[in-house]
Amino acid sequence: MAALVLAEHDNKELKPATLNAVTAAAKLGGDVHVLVAGSGCQAVADAAAKIEGVAAVLLADDEAYAHPLAEVIAPLVVSLAGDYDAIVAPTTTNGKNIMPRVAAQLDVCQVSDVIAIEAPDTFVRPIYAGNALATVQSADAKKVMTVRGTGFPAAPASGGSAEIRPVGGAGNPGISSFVRQELAKSDRPELTAAKIIVSGGRGMGSGEAFSIIESLADKLGAAVGASRAAVDAGFISNDHQVGQTGKIVAPELYIACGISGAIQHLAGMKDSKVIVAINKDEEAPIFQVADYGLVADLFEAVPALEKAL
Amino acid sequence: MKILVPVKRVIDYNVKVRVKADKTGVDLANVKMSMNPFDEIAVEEAIRKKEAGEAEEIIAVSIGPQQAQETLRTALAMGADRAILIQTDDTVEPLAVAKLLKAVVDAEQPGLVILGKQAIDDDSNQTGQMLAALLGWPQGTFASIVKVAGDKLEVTREIDGGLETVSLNLPAIVTTDLRLNEPRYASLPNIMKAKKKQLDVKAPADYGVDTAPRLKTLKVEEPPKRAGGIKVKSVEELVDKLKNEAGVL
Ligand SMILES: Cc1cc2nc3c(=O)[nH]c(=O)nc-3n(C[C@H](O)[C@H](O)[C@H](O)COP(=O)(O)OP(=O)(O)OC[C@H]3O[C@@H](n4cnc5c(N)ncnc54)[C@H](O)[C@@H]3O)c2cc1C
Ligand SMILES: Cc1cc2nc3c(=O)[nH]c(=O)nc-3n(C[C@H](O)[C@H](O)[C@H](O)COP(=O)(O)OP(=O)(O)OC[C@H]3O[C@@H](n4cnc5c(N)ncnc54)[C@H](O)[C@@H]3O)c2cc1C
Repeated sequence: MAALVLAEHDNKELKPATLNAVTAAAKLGGDVHVLVAGSGCQAVADAAAKIEGVAAVLLADDEAYAHPLAEVIAPLVVSLAGDYDAIVAPTTTNGKNIMPRVAAQLDVCQVSDVIAIEAPDTFVRPIYAGNALATVQSADAKKVMTVRGTGFPAAPASGGSAEIRPVGGAGNPGISSFVRQELAKSDRPELTAAKIIVSGGRGMGSGEAFSIIESLADKLGAAVGASRAAVDAGFISNDHQVGQTGKIVAPELYIACGISGAIQHLAGMKDSKVIVAINKDEEAPIFQVADYGLVADLFEAVPALEKAL
Repeated sequence: MKILVPVKRVIDYNVKVRVKADKTGVDLANVKMSMNPFDEIAVEEAIRKKEAGEAEEIIAVSIGPQQAQETLRTALAMGADRAILIQTDDTVEPLAVAKLLKAVVDAEQPGLVILGKQAIDDDSNQTGQMLAALLGWPQGTFASIVKVAGDKLEVTREIDGGLETVSLNLPAIVTTDLRLNEPRYASLPNIMKAKKKQLDVKAPADYGVDTAPRLKTLKVEEPPKRAGGIKVKSVEELVDKLKNEAGVL
């Protein structure tokens, strides 16, 4: 029994989501190997080799993998799959893009967004925006799965000393190419790894108004989140969306400002340890999940909160 | 170019689902069902491509029970030209859905297949990528902009860190994200017209696809409930609670 974890990285840094996926893979009971596919990504492989519990790192360093195109990465994973009983990726947009392509090429079903592993073939996953949890058993010989970061603690980033093995490229089918990327630049912590998140919704009213959220976030060392309505209205970019179809987060503290608490938003944050809601409508459904609710105008309460800290 | 749009009948996004007492699934009796919201976006995108002269025909396809005909009629009323129902009352997993869709693609030869990025019931987020793998086609998942550029397709994708644009050879697969477009409502005359549009009913066996599930659902449970919280009266009280009661500051 051995599992292969697809590393999440940007060729320079190993992303923390990888550490949660390693913990999940270790729960399957066998050796854990990590695949780093990229270009000029030796530093990432070095970091992966230090993760506690990782037995080997497979390094596919090739110009073809400079950008993680599913059409190029999936055949590589498939070419390595023979040695593994399970292939695991974090539920990131990368994992979601690549893994079903791997699964279909291997003719196995994928188990998406696993939050708990009961046995090497039995998994718990949320369905219906997290309003139900399904326990499923896979009959496929090889398991292909994506795992939700909040379901598994991060493996320690140091303590390991795995060997790094170069692996050969599987070629590029040449049917797709990378054009450009517009990445949000921010010094704030990443949403899915942040201890505290301050989120704004439609109640913010404008993009400019988000500055009070950002200012509070900076005081707390927090990440900034948003509801779909705030993103759709153009107040803030899509990478901030929390929810069923955005990012799933579970920080120590989640502060929701001007967010009503639709099921689809709750799906992304209701596993937070402590939830604070600031909303001027005392009937807003967000108060049903909030540990501490403050019925107030956010334009007064948010700056006051920042001052009171 | 033909565009194929797979649409799924799912529980309406406004319905609060209830888990059945015997833990075999969620209660779907007498609840409102609708087209998966991401599939409405897919239908809309296909119609816009046709309106722009980039496509000639739009075929909607659904795999599901007889009632999925209603979902297909909705797609026809929005502007799809004809529809195919692959009728089954069985559980059809994403891989089997993808295999059926591949068979439809082989028969219809579309230049583009637009799917939703995920169905809001099972939240699998797999079918489009699997179909792309089976066909050996490129995939533009989580799309927020889709442009035809000669014999290529330029797709801007919503990714974790922001946006990414890729260029795909046609034929290709696209899966829709929320901000690709705002779907139109079908007008009454169009709903009437849709009743006369062609809707073929097939069976999985017609395509020779084995749809036996690979996953066994052992049980479906409610997630743990959060204990109710309290309302605080002021910002000061909130800060005090966060520091001294919750210990998160
Ligand atoms: C397929 C699908 C997927 C979706 N995915 C997601 C998702 O991933 N994430 C997500 O968030 N949503 C998602 N949604 C949308 C979701 O249904 C809601 O529409 C959305 O979450 C609402 O955002 P909101 O709470 O910011 O806006 P609203 O519901 O409009 O709430 C605004 C709130 O702000 C309060 N407010 C206004 N002014 C003030 C003020 N001055 N001070 C204090 N409070 C104020 C109001 O009382 C109100 O409660 C999805 C919907 C669909 C159909
Ligand atoms: C009563 C019942 C119980 C079920 N129980 C389970 C279960 O326990 N486990 C399980 O895995 N599945 C189950 N299914 C099947 C399930 O509903 C889905 O059809 C299947 O799992 C696809 O997953 P998804 O919709 O989340 O796919 P996604 O990959 O999230 O769907 C993405 C896109 O693929 C297309 N698509 C997906 N399905 C169809 C379809 N049927 N017709 C047309 N287009 C489609 C749509 O464009 C959709 O937006 C059940 C179905 C029924 C009717």
